[in-house]
This record gives sequence, structure tokens and C-alpha cells, in this order.
Amino acid sequence: MATDNTLHKKRRKRSLPLWVKGISNTVFTVAITMVGLLFVTFIIGRVMPIDPVLSIVGESASRATYDAAYQELGLDKPLFLQFFLFLWDIAHGDFGESLLTARPVGQDLIRVFPATLELATVGTIIGVLLGVPLGVIAAVKRGSWIDHVARVVALIGYSMPVFWIGLIGLLIFYGILGWIGGPGRLDIFYVDTIPSVTGMILIDSLLAGDIEIFKNAISHIVLPAGLLAYYSLAYISRMTRSFMLEQLDQEYIITARVKGLPESTVIWRHALGNVKVPLVTVIALSYAGLLEGSVLTETIFAWPGIGSYITTALLSADMNAVLGGTVVVGLVFVCLNIFSDLLYKYFDPRAK
Amino acid sequence: MSNLLEVQNLSVKFPTRNGIFEAVRNISFSLGRERLGIVGESGSGKSLTGRAILRLIKKPGILEADHITLEGTNLLQISKKAMRRVRGHKISMIMQDPKFSLNPVMRIGDQISEAYRLHARASKKDARKKTLDMLEKVLIRDPERVFRSYPHEMSGGMGQRIMIAMMLIPDPKILIADEPTSALDVTVQKEVLEIMDDLVRERGMGLIFISHDLNVVSAFCDRVLILYAGRIVETCRADRLHEAKHPYTIGLLNSIPRLEQPVEHLQVLQRDTAWNLEPSVSGVVADGETPS
Amino acid sequence: MSIPDACPQKQITWREWLTTDTPASRRQARLSVWYHSWLAFRSNLMAMFGLTILLALVLIGLFAPILAPQDPFAQDLAARLSAPGVNGYMFGSDSLGRDILSRLIYGSRITLYIVSLVALMAPVAGLFVGTAAGYLGGWVDVVLMRITDIFLAFPRLVLALAFVSALGAGIENAVLAIVLTAWPPYARIARAETLTIRNADFIHAIKLQGAGTLRVITRHIWPLCISSLVVRVTLDMAGIILVAAGLGFLGLGAQPPSPEWGAMISDGRRFILDHWWVATMPGLAIFIVSLAFNLLGDGLRDVLDPKKSSQ
Repeated sequence: MATDNTLHKKRRKRSLPLWVKGISNTVFTVAITMVGLLFVTFIIGRVMPIDPVLSIVGESASRATYDAAYQELGLDKPLFLQFFLFLWDIAHGDFGESLLTARPVGQDLIRVFPATLELATVGTIIGVLLGVPLGVIAAVKRGSWIDHVARVVALIGYSMPVFWIGLIGLLIFYGILGWIGGPGRLDIFYVDTIPSVTGMILIDSLLAGDIEIFKNAISHIVLPAGLLAYYSLAYISRMTRSFMLEQLDQEYIITARVKGLPESTVIWRHALGNVKVPLVTVIALSYAGLLEGSVLTETIFAWPGIGSYITTALLSADMNAVLGGTVVVGLVFVCLNIFSDLLYKYFDPRAK
Repeated sequence: MSNLLEVQNLSVKFPTRNGIFEAVRNISFSLGRERLGIVGESGSGKSLTGRAILRLIKKPGILEADHITLEGTNLLQISKKAMRRVRGHKISMIMQDPKFSLNPVMRIGDQISEAYRLHARASKKDARKKTLDMLEKVLIRDPERVFRSYPHEMSGGMGQRIMIAMMLIPDPKILIADEPTSALDVTVQKEVLEIMDDLVRERGMGLIFISHDLNVVSAFCDRVLILYAGRIVETCRADRLHEAKHPYTIGLLNSIPRLEQPVEHLQVLQRDTAWNLEPSVSGVVADGETPS
Repeated sequence: MSIPDACPQKQITWREWLTTDTPASRRQARLSVWYHSWLAFRSNLMAMFGLTILLALVLIGLFAPILAPQDPFAQDLAARLSAPGVNGYMFGSDSLGRDILSRLIYGSRITLYIVSLVALMAPVAGLFVGTAAGYLGGWVDVVLMRITDIFLAFPRLVLALAFVSALGAGIENAVLAIVLTAWPPYARIARAETLTIRNADFIHAIKLQGAGTLRVITRHIWPLCISSLVVRVTLDMAGIILVAAGLGFLGLGAQPPSPEWGAMISDGRRFILDHWWVATMPGLAIFIVSLAFNLLGDGLRDVLDPKKSSQ
């Protein structure tokens, strides 16, 4: 026993640096990616044909005021120094001031982000709940009518412009049938009637115990979230199907059948248990895709999220807002990637 | 001696672009409480024969037979549900490589007790106890630890012992071992085979041992079927293998190096297309008769 | 032609010549492989459907002046927002009384223009980066792949938006923005292919014969990367059309009065509740074309990449 213990200790000691190395490697990669991301954004900001000085001091400013502002913004310094100042500001959550709202961009982003998060999260939840079973069934009943239906559903999802189908959906379900709430997150007379805690109205209304607002919020979110869910369903069901087909060919599936397990256990416990591992990455990717897809969806549904914020800023040449929004969405993407890596390790015993 | 299993005119066919390919053609054999070896080269249909008995031929493969009778029940006529009661409970199968045949994301203990809980309708606690017992029976030293481990943490030899434990835990009547040791290191092959052999004997089970290795089969089995191109070309008692008459069997025997009879060049197996057309030899031994 | 030489004794049909098991020349072997791929592709109904639609799109683009019943820019304010079939407008008219059908027909040219520019530029950029990274290895690989990862880390549409806002609105800038966001996956594919080819015996043989790096990459590695890139490009086309239309919809792509489909939807958005056809028609056009690309891509993948087709 004693020898066993010392052996164990020795091995752990030797493997510790490796483990540290793995983590520091990840941190390094992520840091490089983030700095690169910020650099690209910075460059975009610099080549923008908008004079940031003019937009502050106005067209009629004197030469002296212009130069003062020019220096204040640090534009006289070398480019790489400007980049570090840019990094410094962002590290402190300072994205500059928005021209449109005349408020710090950071504050604006904190205000609008929950709306996007709410939309994308509801969409992903529906997409996973429907997409995974659809993919599993399509793989198990390969070549059957349900497989073909799943394929067509996915193909349509891949081919439909979200801004168009959103309009058509509004036309039919809001304009003609009147089943759902129109654009926006709530009917106009409900807006700002409950305290904002999380910024997500579905949660806030429940926290406030206001079922009426909750129902109203549901009637507004159902179409945009449903559309996003359809896109995530299309992607998730295809990927699930292909992972399932791969797993169903494995030997351990035969083992499970030899044991006399019912087919449902073979599929949902054994095969899906293995599919879970790569599926985590797919779901994270699709979630990121929905955050992105929200740019156009929000425009259609007047959803006051980060997508609307960026597009509005774009059309009014509000550079700080555009760059701030881009950086935040990019950072969320990177974080999602790290998160999916961690989940992967959690689900796959071999990765530990 | 009564027969546990009788197989009559079993065929396995696969539709291909160039017509139907018959991987197993009209073979018949029986299994008593004995150890029956099925020997053949890859592609001879030996693994498919094993899977056909369990009705585990995947689509688009077609399984045909006059009957596959297990203790008086024709397995081809029972429902899928009833067939699942047969699998694991009456007939089990050990496969080639534990690296692939164990579920990589499930704990070993869960994988073993799963089958037992299903067939014995045992509680989780009983199943756990039984599983630990079973792990001890396959000579695993630290069952508690193995119970909690994942397959990738095990060596090949350990993996195959786990597989044996998993397949024997519901106490089946027949065990099919499909190349159980060919993925293992030579040093552990014998160990694993002995564990399997002891357990099979102890429980009075029938064993179908599928292998390409004539040496191993003749050492571990009572009777041997030689498969070639989906048919049985010869059947004989394992201890009388040297009396085999079919040129294919003789060819196989001659291509094995022997220490006591060194030769300059090992013989290369010569195949004759005429063998493909020969009718299958019956491997059936009638009840009460001793195999000759 | 060398066809008669290949088998001068017998009169054989093209079909027999193409399906022979014993090709007499390298060219025959290659053509035979293509023919078999085509046969496999032809039996895929959905893919053929996609191909037909795309061919029709090209023809419509080519013969737009003949096919369009009216001038796509001609306004008729008296007949504005006519419903389909009314006033002789088959698909209705828009807010300025322009014929939607004619605008759709001319709009196909813009779609084809964007698609072909992106399809030419993005994979080529990816091919350069990917093969250089894969073949040269070392720090070149590290740096190039890091850059690729940075671009991959961005959400595509958002990055394209930022680029367009920096470069200014317009079709060419939209194309450039899409290319800048579309190349990283191609670089990844090209690199992966290069890594598998790089250590092949035939590459060593060529190097021993004195071929330089540039020659190995351009003459021997590029051709082998093409087929996987082509499949990926076809599958990506639908997405590219959607991004381009999205940019147009946001007013960052083609500028008015150009009949770009995305911009047309944006135009019809204001009237969606009362005059549904203005936004619906161009949306249908986008949907059909991107569906066609998806069908074609699926079919091509089945033919060119049989390993994945079963999935």
C-alpha cells in the first residue's frame, strides 16, 4: 500500500507541469486571439473614412480647437502607441462615447446586451430541444420519410434569408392572424413598468411576479426566437444526425445490443452518450451563430439588442458604437469557444 | 448430451451493385455443452455466423435459415422483444477489441451492471455487489477501482476480462467468442483465454469460439468447423485435426510454422475455385451421439 | 481527336470508351473518372434540380434585356404598388411603380456578380495562406494560422458590417468585406490537405528532381487541394448570398436604384402589412437561389467526397 502511495505521488508531481503547461497554453492562445481581434477592430476604426476629430468638434471649429482635439485623442502619436492606448481603454471598459446616445458606449452595451442574450438563449434552447431528437431519429431511421423531412427542413433553414422570413412571419402572424405581439419586446404601455434586474424581461417579469407582462413578453419573443430556433435546429439536427450515424457504426453499439438492451437504451443512452461530446461544440457554435443572426433579426423585430445597436450606429456613422459592439460580440465568441472546450473536457472522460 | 443450439441452412446475403453476395451459404451445425471452434480466414463468414445466431445482421444484410433453435425455440420466429430476452440472458458474445467494444463514456461498473439489472430485475445495490463479484471472478484485483473507471484507463487484457465479466453476468447458456484475443498482446492472450475457459466450464455453458488461429482453436475446443467462402468445408474433432482431409484444412495446417518439424519455406495456401462450388458439410451432431 | 486511335479496330460508342475498365491513356482514365462522377451526380435528383436552377439563373442574367418585360428603372408613379397581375405587372410593382419582375431579372446579374467574385477571391486567398502555412511549417505556419484563428473568432456578418462601414457602402466593398470574412475556413482546409500531401513519397521524388518550393506548391499541391475547396465553396455559396443580401438589406451593399434583391426587400419592408408582394418576391428569389446552391453542394459532396456522403 505504501509503495503504491508513493508511486502515485511521484506520478502526480511529474504530471503537474504538463497540466500547468496545458492551461498556460490555452490562456496564451486566447490572449493572442483577443489582442488580434482588437487589432483588427482598431485597424478598421483607423481606415474608416470618418474623421473622429470633426465629429467631436464640429465642422465649424477653428484650427486650434481641431488640433487640440486631435492631440487629445492621441492621433498625433505613432500607430502602435495608439493601439496600446486603445487596448488600455478597452481593458478599463472604456469604449468612448456614442454620438447617437451621447452616453459611454460601454454603458449602452450593458443595457442592450441582455435583450440579445434573451433572444439567442430562448432560440438555442428550442433549437436543441427539437434539433437533437430530430437528428437522432433521422439517423436511426435513415432513408425513411422522417429522414427526408429532416433533410428538407435543414436545407430550407440553410437557404432562407432571416430578415425576409421575419417580415413574412410578422405579416402573417401579427398582421393577418394577430396571434402574436408585434415588433419590440413588449407592448408599448408595458415598457419600463417592471424593475430591470437581469435585463431579460422574461426573467424580470417573473421576479416581479407580473404574469401579465410575462405573457406579453412571450407573445413578442415567440416569433423572433422561433425563427432563430429554426436556424439552430437546422444546423444541430444535421450535425446530430451525422454524429449519430458515426456512433451507430461502432462496436460498442453491438455490445449493447448483445446485452439485450432495448433499442431505445442503445440509442439514447449509449449512442447519444457519445454524441454528447462533439455536440457540445456544435451547440456552442450555433449559440454564437444566433448571437450573430440576431443582428438582422433584431432589425426586423425592432428588438433593442446589440444587433439593432450596431446597425443603427452603422447607418449614422457612430464609429465608437460600431467598434464597441464588434469587440463585445467578438469577445463573446471567444468566450463561447473556451466554454465549449471546457464542457468538452467535462463530458469526455478521455480528455481528462 | 443434448444440443443447446441447432442451426439449419443458415445464409447471410448482402445485395450489391453486381447482384446478391452470399457471405454465409446454407451452413448447418449444432452446439451441445461443448466448445465448438469456427475457423476461417477473414471474409469466410465466421463472424457473420456468430452475429446471425443473435439476429444482429445489420441492414441491408439478409438473414435466412430453416431454423435456429435454442432449447426448442426457433429464434427466427420469436418477436424482437423476446429476442432481446435471449440476447445477454441466454446467448452472449465477446468481441474482438475491447478498445472499441466498450462504451468509452460510460463507467465500467455501469456497463457491466446494466445487463444484469435488465435481465435479473435486480436493484442497483444488488447489481453493484454482483458486478464486483463478477470482476473478482475474472481475476481483477481491485474491483472497486475498476468499477469506477472508464474503459480508456484499462489495458487490452483488462478490457477483455471486463468484457467477459459483462457478458457472463446474466448467466447465459451460450457464449460466442468472436476472435476474443486477436487484438491482445501474445503474453496476455493465454491468460484471458484461461479465465474464459474456466468460467465456461464451471457453468456448463456452450462456447462458440470464432478464430482464424488454428493452433488456439485446436487447443481450446472440442470440435472444429472449418469455414471457407461462407461454407463449412470440413468438420472434425479438435484432437484429430491432423487427420483432416480437405485440401484447404491441410493447407492451413501446413502454413503454420512448427518447431518440431522445421521446413525451409512455409507452404503458401493454394486456393481452388472449385471449392466455392462444393456443398456445405453438415456440422450437426445429433442428440446423444458423440462426435467422431 | 485520338478517340479513333485509342481503339481503331472496333467502332465503339463514347459511352463504352468512357466506361472502360482498361483505359488506354491517362486522359481516357481521367475523363472516365469524370464521367462516372457525372453519372453518380446525375442520379441525385435534388442536386440536378439545384444545377438546373443555377443554369437557369445564369441564362436569365445573360438574357436579362430580352427577358425583362420592362425597364427595371422606369418609374410609373401612377401605377405604384400595383398588386401582382394588376396593370400588367406580373409580380406587381414597387413604391416607385417599377416592375418587380424586371427588377428581379436584372437583379440576378448582381447576385451572379457577387457570387462569382467571392467564389474566385476567397478560396484563392485561403489557398495561398493555407498551402504556405502547411508546406513551409515552422513559424510561418504558427503566424498564419494564428491570423486565421483571429478572423475565425469574429462573427462573420458583424465583421463584414464593420469592414463595409470602414470601406464605405457599395457592391465592390461588400464583396471585399465578404471575402475578408470568408477566407479562413478555406485556409484551414488547404492547410489540412497540404499537411497530408507534404510528406507523400511523390513530393519527395519531385524535390529530389530539383523542384523548388514554389513549383511544388503551385504545380503539385494546389491541384490536389482543389476538389475539397470546390465542394466547400459550393456549400458556402448559399451563406454568401445570404450575407450579401443581408448587407444589401441593411443598405450597405448595392445602392439604390440598383435592383439588388436584399435592398428590394428592405424597400418593401415599409409596406409589408398592406403590400406584401414588394418584399416577398425578392425574398423568394434569394431563397430559391441559395436553396439551389445548397442542393448542388450536397450533391457535389456526395460525388467528390464519398466518405462523408454516407453521413
